[in-house]
Amino acid sequence: MTSTKPEIDSMVGFEDARSVVTQAAGQEPAAAAPATDRAPVFEARDVSVYYSDFRAVTNVDLTINDNEITAFIGPSGCGKSTMLRTFNRMNDLIEGARMVGSLTYHGIDLYSDDVDPVAVRRRIGMVFQKPNPFPKSIYDNIAFGPRLAGTDENMDDIVERSLRGAGLWEEVKDRLKTSALGLSGGQQQRLCIARATAVNPDVLLMDEPCSALDPIATGRIEELMLEMKKDYTIVIVTHNMQQAARVSDRTAFFTAELDPNTDQRTGLLVEYDLTTTIFSQPADERTENYITGRFG
Amino acid sequence: MVAITTELRRQLSVKRSSDRAGLVFRSLLVFSLLIAFAILVAVLLTAVTRAWPILSERPLDFLTSKSSQDPSRAGVWQGIQGSVMLAAITAGVAFPIGIGAAIYLEEYAGDTRFARFTEVVVRNLAGVPSIVYGLLGLAIFVGNLGGLTGGRSVIAGGLTLACLVLPIVIITTQEALRAVPGELAQAGYGIGATQWEVIRSVVLPAAAPGILTGTVLSIARAAGEAAPILVVGALTGVFQTGTMSFLEQMQGFFTALPMQIFAFTKQPSEIWGAHAAGASVAILLVVIALNSVAIYVRARLDRNLRK
Repeated sequence: MTSTKPEIDSMVGFEDARSVVTQAAGQEPAAAAPATDRAPVFEARDVSVYYSDFRAVTNVDLTINDNEITAFIGPSGCGKSTMLRTFNRMNDLIEGARMVGSLTYHGIDLYSDDVDPVAVRRRIGMVFQKPNPFPKSIYDNIAFGPRLAGTDENMDDIVERSLRGAGLWEEVKDRLKTSALGLSGGQQQRLCIARATAVNPDVLLMDEPCSALDPIATGRIEELMLEMKKDYTIVIVTHNMQQAARVSDRTAFFTAELDPNTDQRTGLLVEYDLTTTIFSQPADERTENYITGRFG
Repeated sequence: MVAITTELRRQLSVKRSSDRAGLVFRSLLVFSLLIAFAILVAVLLTAVTRAWPILSERPLDFLTSKSSQDPSRAGVWQGIQGSVMLAAITAGVAFPIGIGAAIYLEEYAGDTRFARFTEVVVRNLAGVPSIVYGLLGLAIFVGNLGGLTGGRSVIAGGLTLACLVLPIVIITTQEALRAVPGELAQAGYGIGATQWEVIRSVVLPAAAPGILTGTVLSIARAAGEAAPILVVGALTGVFQTGTMSFLEQMQGFFTALPMQIFAFTKQPSEIWGAHAAGASVAILLVVIALNSVAIYVRARLDRNLRK
């Protein structure tokens, strides 16, 4: 996969991500694409992630498609969060973490020397397990990213658009200047989604976004995800298999197994397919055991 | 049926022995608190009663008069001036350097051998007796840099006290930075902020109340130190400030409240005891004023962050 210089330059600046997406999609070679009309956003080939000597994820091959929701499921310690964090280079922040293999984003090698992780994270937003609004006003939370990136658009418009996109506008429009910490857990998580979308990303990575929320708040986030996939490619890590079944188009099942070479447990991708297939006729026995609740 | 109910009632009403232990523990805790409180009250009462002859007759005059050989005219104005100037110089020098060093150690240095070594050095420096800093100040700020500081001056004293509180400022700032939840920094990085942007816009604002409280308390501590400024050369006798310019004042003779207390207690005549106690009340007022500012600013910052 070769990448041309203009594409990499455009990753460093801040502009509407989707304009680049359209350009890149046109140049995409179709060879690695699965049987789908959608364009691949991420292509992982033989990806392994190490934390110092510990191999957290081993040899993952996976293609994430444009405007789809892809769910990563599996027991604790199977490396699904680690895998998710390779997509926006969040693992770079952990000392000793390194990725081996090839990971491309719209055909560009994400781990190439001339790719700036900061520019990557502006295009590939992230929502975390625990709602983590800044101890600032609702308005300033949303404006945080656009202010750093610099934008010509009116900030009030960005705030309104982002909050509407996260289904939070009606609830907070009269108290934009009050602290984000005064919101309920579910509202805080939707605020974090709005904050992530305020910089016009192309992909949203969600790391167990509902695990700290009650079922009603979870339902709202799931509805929101289904609406948002029109505009974004979403990858979600979840412990909740029903959630994966409800929202995702494709599901990747990871598990942790003993690596005979190192005698340590490491994360493996067992099976990756359409969600309907994974939950009705999984090809691998381990997947079936997991989704029927026999382990994990 | 009745028997079962009785048995159940007996079981439910039994006080577990661990509960008694809890009660004892709680009493001990309250007792410790009372002791701390009693010491505070005793300090205040002693100071105020012993200073009463002065506080009852000329409270304002005592605070605003200059030093004098005459007990009925002597005041602590120069001491208050000196202490406030010392605190200002200490804060102006120690805050930026200390906070900067702490940010570097916490956010940039990583877990290197150099960082660990520096950390140990800083913690040990915090435990060095204040008089040793006085000797350092005498050698460097009065001696080597005497041309700049004017020798035994308030600048030399302030710089000495800045060295004294620097390790404390570094440690309290580090602790405030560590107390900022990692999720906040993650959120910043997740949006595409650079490391400096995360530190400036996320970590520092969240740590500001803690940094401020710790640093201002360290200044209050320094304002009460007598040993280092005694070595550096604060005056204990009577002197005139007259009509000196600001720079002359900064580079000239100085005194401070702790020095004046020391000077008053050295006087042979009983009558000066009230002056020593009066100066103690004055230093308590200065320290309380500094702490109040810290508490006020902290409350404001907290309100801005939370509401």
